[in-house]
Amino acid sequence: MDSIFGKIPTILMLVSPILITATGGMICERSGVVNIALEGLMVFGAFAAATAHFFLEPTLGPSSVWVALCIGSLFGLMFSYIHAFASISLNADQTVSGTGINLLANGVTIFLAQIFFKQDRTKQFMLGMMPGPGGIYPTAWIALGVLTVVWFALYKRPFGLRLRACGENPQAAASVGINVRGIRYVAVLASGFLAGLAGSCLVLTTNTQFNSTTVNGHGFIALAVVSFGRWKPLGIGGASLLFGTALAFSIIASDYSALRSLPTEVFNIMPYAITLLTLVIFSGKNYAPLAAGKPYEKGAS
Amino acid sequence: MMAETSKKRTLRELLLTSDAAISVMVVLLGFICGTVLIVCVGRNPVGMYKAILQVLTGFNIDRHRFYIRYVGEWLATSMPFILCGLSMAFAARSGLFNIGGEGQYVVGMTVAQIFALLGPQVSVLHWILALVLAMVGGACWGGIVGWLKARFEVSEVVATIMLNYIALYGSRILIMGLPGTNTYKTPDFPETAILKSQFLAKLTQGSMLNYGIIFVILSVIAYWFIMEKTRLGFGLRATGFNKDAARASGIPVVRSIVLSMAIAGAFAGLGGGIVALGSFRYGRVLAGNDGYGFAGIAVALVGNNTAVGTLLAGLLFGMLSSAQPLMESNRIPKEITFIIQGLVVVFIAIRVGFRIFIRYSMKKKAQREAVSNG
Repeated sequence: MDSIFGKIPTILMLVSPILITATGGMICERSGVVNIALEGLMVFGAFAAATAHFFLEPTLGPSSVWVALCIGSLFGLMFSYIHAFASISLNADQTVSGTGINLLANGVTIFLAQIFFKQDRTKQFMLGMMPGPGGIYPTAWIALGVLTVVWFALYKRPFGLRLRACGENPQAAASVGINVRGIRYVAVLASGFLAGLAGSCLVLTTNTQFNSTTVNGHGFIALAVVSFGRWKPLGIGGASLLFGTALAFSIIASDYSALRSLPTEVFNIMPYAITLLTLVIFSGKNYAPLAAGKPYEKGAS
Repeated sequence: MMAETSKKRTLRELLLTSDAAISVMVVLLGFICGTVLIVCVGRNPVGMYKAILQVLTGFNIDRHRFYIRYVGEWLATSMPFILCGLSMAFAARSGLFNIGGEGQYVVGMTVAQIFALLGPQVSVLHWILALVLAMVGGACWGGIVGWLKARFEVSEVVATIMLNYIALYGSRILIMGLPGTNTYKTPDFPETAILKSQFLAKLTQGSMLNYGIIFVILSVIAYWFIMEKTRLGFGLRATGFNKDAARASGIPVVRSIVLSMAIAGAFAGLGGGIVALGSFRYGRVLAGNDGYGFAGIAVALVGNNTAVGTLLAGLLFGMLSSAQPLMESNRIPKEITFIIQGLVVVFIAIRVGFRIFIRYSMKKKAQREAVSNG
C-alpha cells in the first residue's frame, strides 16, 4: 500500500496535461466546434516551451519555467487561430482543418528544431520543472485551478450559459442576441491556449527536451477523456484521473511483481478501450452537445 | 488586353466550378509557401526542386546523369500513400470520415507479418495469401467502426482514433509474442514471403519496387469500378449524399455503412501488408505510427475522393516523401515536405473561403466594369 502512495506524484504528473487539454477540448465542443487538433496544438506548445526554456534558462534560472509555460500557451493559442478561422469564419469541415493542424504540427516543430538546433529535436535544458511539497509537481495545481475556473465560468457565469447555448442550438442563441461566432472564437482560442499550456507542462515535467514523440497521443487521449467524461467538468476530472493512472501503470507496472508478467502495452490500450466500450454502452443517450461539429451559418434554420 | 481579362475570368470560373482546379491551386500554394519558408530560413530552395526533379525523372541535374532507380523508389514509396488515400476516399464518398486508416494499416501490417513468419512456405502463394489476409484484417478493423456507427451511433471519428491506438499497442503485444522477436524486430522473413520482384528491380536498377505495385493498380481500378459501375457503389454514394433519402428509397443504410468502412479498411490493410513484406526483410515491432494513414487523409482530400485523383495525389505525396533524403543532401530540412502536406490540408479546409473570395472579387469587378461602361 505504501508504495502506491509513493506513486501518486508520478500519476498526477501524467494526469495534469491530459486534464488541462481535455478541459480545453470540453470548452471547445460545448461551444459547438469539434477540435481534433488538440494533439497538434499540444505539440506546438511543447516545442515552444522547450525551446524558450532552453534559451532563457541560463539568464533567468529556474523561474524561466514559468516564462516557458506562458510562451507555450501563447504558441498553442496562435495556431488554434487557424482552426478557428477555418471552421468558424469559413464554415470549413472541422475534422479536416483539425487534421491539417495535426499534420502541420509535426512538420513545423521539427523544421524549426532543425533551424535552431541543427537536429531533429530541441537541445536538452538543464532543469525542468521542480516538484513542490510532497513531491507533487506544480502542474497538478495548475490543472486543478484550470478545471475549477472553467467550471465556474461555464456554469456560474452568463458567458458560460451563452457558450453552452451555442453548442446546443446556435440559431436559438443567435435569436436572443448572442454573438455565436464571437463566442466560438473565444472557445477555440481558449482550447488552443490550454492545449499549449498542457504541452508545455508535459515537456517540462516528463522530459528534458522536445522530440517528435514527446506528445505521443496525449491529445487524442484528451479527446477520449472529453467523450468519456460526457462533456462535464466533474466527469472530465474523473476520466483524466482514470486514464492518467492507466498511463502511469504502463511505466510503473514493473515495480509490482503481480503486474510484471503483463505486457505494459495493456495499460496503454486501456484508456482507448474503455472509451470505446463506454461509448457503446451509453449509446442510447447522446451526451454530446447537439450542434458540435456543425458549422453555424447565419440565417439558416 | 481584352483577351487577357477574359482568360483571367475563365480561370476564376474554373476555380469556382472544378474541384480538380482547386486541388491543383492548393498544391501550388503549398509549394509556394514551402519555398518562401526555405528562403526565410536562409537556404536555397533550388535544392528542393533539384531533389524533386531527380525523383520524378531520375535525372540528376548536377551530374547530368539519369538514375532510374529513383523513379522506382518513388513508385514504391507511393504505394501506401495511394492505398491509404483510397481508404479515406472510399469512406468519404459514403459520408464517413475515416481517420482510422492508420489503425487499419497497422492491422494489415501485423497480420501480414505474422502470416509471413508462421504460414506455409509455398512460393508465390505465400505472399499472395499474406496480402489477402492483410486485406481481411484491415477490413475487419474498419468494419467494426462501421458496425459501431450503424448500430450504436458511435461517432466514427472518435471510434477510429481509439482503434488506431488499440491497433498500435495490440500489434506490439502480438508481434513481441512471436518466437525469436526482440524489442524492435522479428527474425527475417522466409524468402517465399517477400514481395521482391527480380524483374521490376532489374528494370529500375535495384530499387525497392515490388509486386505490390500490381495490387495498387488493381485497387485503383477496383475502386473506380465499385464506386461508379456497381449498385453497391451507387448505394454508398447515395448514403453519402443524404442518409435519410437513401433509406427512404430502399437502400440498406446500415449495410452500406458497414461495407463501406470494411472496404476502406481493406485498402489500408493492403497498404500495411505491402509495406511489411515489400520494404522490410523482417517484421517490425512498431514504436510509433508510420503516418501513412494520416497522410492518406490528405491524399484523399487533394484527390477529391476520385480514383484517378487519389492515384495522382498519392504519387505526389510519395514523391515528396522519397525526395526527403535528396533534400537532406541539398541542405534542405526534410520536414519541409511534412509542412507542405499539412498546409495543403489546411488550404483544402479553407477552400470554401477561396471561393467566397473569388466570387466577391468577380462581383466587384463586374460592378466596376458596369460603372466604367455606363
